[in-house]
Amino acid sequence: MIVKPISYNDINVNKMLEIRNLHKSYPIGDSSLHVLKGINLTVEDGEMVAIMGSSGSGKSTLLNIIGMLDEADSGEYILDGLPIKNLTEKKAALYRNKFLGFIFQSFNLINYKTALENVALPLYYQGMSRKERQELAMFHLGKVGLTEWSHHLPKELSGGQKQRVAIARALAANPKLLLADEPTGALDSGTSYEIMKFIQDLNDEGKTILMVTHEEDIANMCKRIVRLRDGVIMEDTKITQVRAQQYV
Amino acid sequence: MFKFIFDKDTWQEVFDSLSKNKLRTILTMVGVWWGILLLVGLLGAARGLENSFNRMFGDFATNSVFIWAGNTSKPFKGFQEGKRLRLKLSDVAKLEDNIEGIEFAVARNMNQGLVVRDFLSANLNVLGDFPVLDKVKKRNLVAGRFINQNDIDNHKKVTVISEDTYKQLYEKEEEAIGTYIQINSINYLVVGIYQKGMIDNFGPSEDVYIPFSTFQQVYNQGDKFGFLMITGKPEYKIGQIEQDAKLLLKNLNEVHPEDNQAFGGFNLGKEFAKRYNFLTGMQFLTWFVGIATLIAGVFAIGNILLITVKERTKEIGVRRALGATPFEIQRQIIVEAVFLTIVAGMFGVIIGGWILIALDHFLGQGEDAILVNASVSILVLFIAMVVSVVLGTLIGLIPAFKATSVKPIDALREE
Repeated sequence: MIVKPISYNDINVNKMLEIRNLHKSYPIGDSSLHVLKGINLTVEDGEMVAIMGSSGSGKSTLLNIIGMLDEADSGEYILDGLPIKNLTEKKAALYRNKFLGFIFQSFNLINYKTALENVALPLYYQGMSRKERQELAMFHLGKVGLTEWSHHLPKELSGGQKQRVAIARALAANPKLLLADEPTGALDSGTSYEIMKFIQDLNDEGKTILMVTHEEDIANMCKRIVRLRDGVIMEDTKITQVRAQQYV
Repeated sequence: MFKFIFDKDTWQEVFDSLSKNKLRTILTMVGVWWGILLLVGLLGAARGLENSFNRMFGDFATNSVFIWAGNTSKPFKGFQEGKRLRLKLSDVAKLEDNIEGIEFAVARNMNQGLVVRDFLSANLNVLGDFPVLDKVKKRNLVAGRFINQNDIDNHKKVTVISEDTYKQLYEKEEEAIGTYIQINSINYLVVGIYQKGMIDNFGPSEDVYIPFSTFQQVYNQGDKFGFLMITGKPEYKIGQIEQDAKLLLKNLNEVHPEDNQAFGGFNLGKEFAKRYNFLTGMQFLTWFVGIATLIAGVFAIGNILLITVKERTKEIGVRRALGATPFEIQRQIIVEAVFLTIVAGMFGVIIGGWILIALDHFLGQGEDAILVNASVSILVLFIAMVVSVVLGTLIGLIPAFKATSVKPIDALREE
């Protein structure tokens, strides 16, 4: 019988994300603003978590730190068994590309690139060949139902379509974790539900999703709600997911 | 590391971001374009001018000296100072035999003469010359012929007159060849009319030529003559030939070797060197203006890219969120800068070339063209391009580092 040695990875096999005692403050003039005051959060593989809170509660800062766009002052952050600490810009770029997919409130598509090129961009930075990444980008565009719009520029797309392109782009590199910052913030409710349906479908397929929102109905379409206030977690509850399908 | 240069995607990215704002891209390039254009146009024109100088004067210009005899200023071998000297034909043969590097040594005579035709007259310079003068000082004949050996041998009374002389003595359109003019009361048959060139701006005006032998006879010169014109072979320095010739002449005429007034000399080479110095100065100025404009142009590119980078802060933030490393972003911007510089430079070369073609068309045709073969060498273009590319790269570094100096999170927040 072969005995497999237990590694650190095996212990955390289910833990996609582990945050311990995370602090972050921003300097404002002479004083500083303490935004995150000791956050402890564990997210397991396949979860769909909504981070809620009023503006200034630190929810976006938390998401940015998780997204390696910003760095914590102190505390531990372990992503899928990998300690994220003292990253160089180059390393951070590599991890972002490999492990994370971003969805922004304002879509952040590159306006002079077609939908297909936008989706293919993370693959370009992975060094994938042109043909391969176009095929893969086309596949992901197909998954969000925009095959026919692949050669359109963002300005020719509706808000919902843009966000779907952004979702396809976030998925293109097959990330472990999908981070969404108010993904429906710039959309009307009908389109919001449509987008949520896509995100729920992704979660059903096993993708771990972390989402910042301040809309209750959107939060309720997740499986867990973490409420932040003044830089600390006030409430962390698992909920029964409301399916977006019924509103579409 | 340079593999990316051959990667289609790199260029796709460059074209995308440049074609995004065509007007700005074009305006950006104008600076460098203008610099190269100035460089090519001005250097080409300067070269054309130099070529035209060269064509007009040939080797003659840079390699000729006039020598004449004066009075001694030092007593020597029993002779007192102030002895009157004359050049002799026998001296010429000795010069040719003994001094290295002489191509031609031409004895010449000059006198003032009253030239009369019917009722028109003029006081003109009359020269007694050998046919070989045409070799050292190209006589551009508009009609007839120059003095030939037969004229010399037979002491013929023929004359070749300048176009100006013709105008003074003849009516417009009047046939001059075959007619007679009087020079100091002796009739001469006009056999040729020549046109003065640039070279005639140096030295006394040469209005009327008659054969050397005729001059000798008519003015009773014997073996003596007025002045000597020496042309050196191209590989010899005319300054040295002048010194050697004077020294030998002093020797032959029993003049103190350090007597500087016995034989006078006028070095045409030196005079032309002054003109060439002007050309060199002009070329230097052209380089200076061209390179300075180029630098200004490259700075303009840097400046515009800096603005572009500022405008693209958010895009750069997105790219970095998607996994672009700072190096990839910097590289992209430098490639854009270099690409803009090269394209602008190429357009500069092309338009500069057109300007040179136009210059050649309008100013470069015919014998008396102001510019001859106005052109720039490939080396000049190469240097100009290398300078622009190097400057483009260096200047691209500024916006490139600016682009990645903002943290991605701040870049994304930018509206």
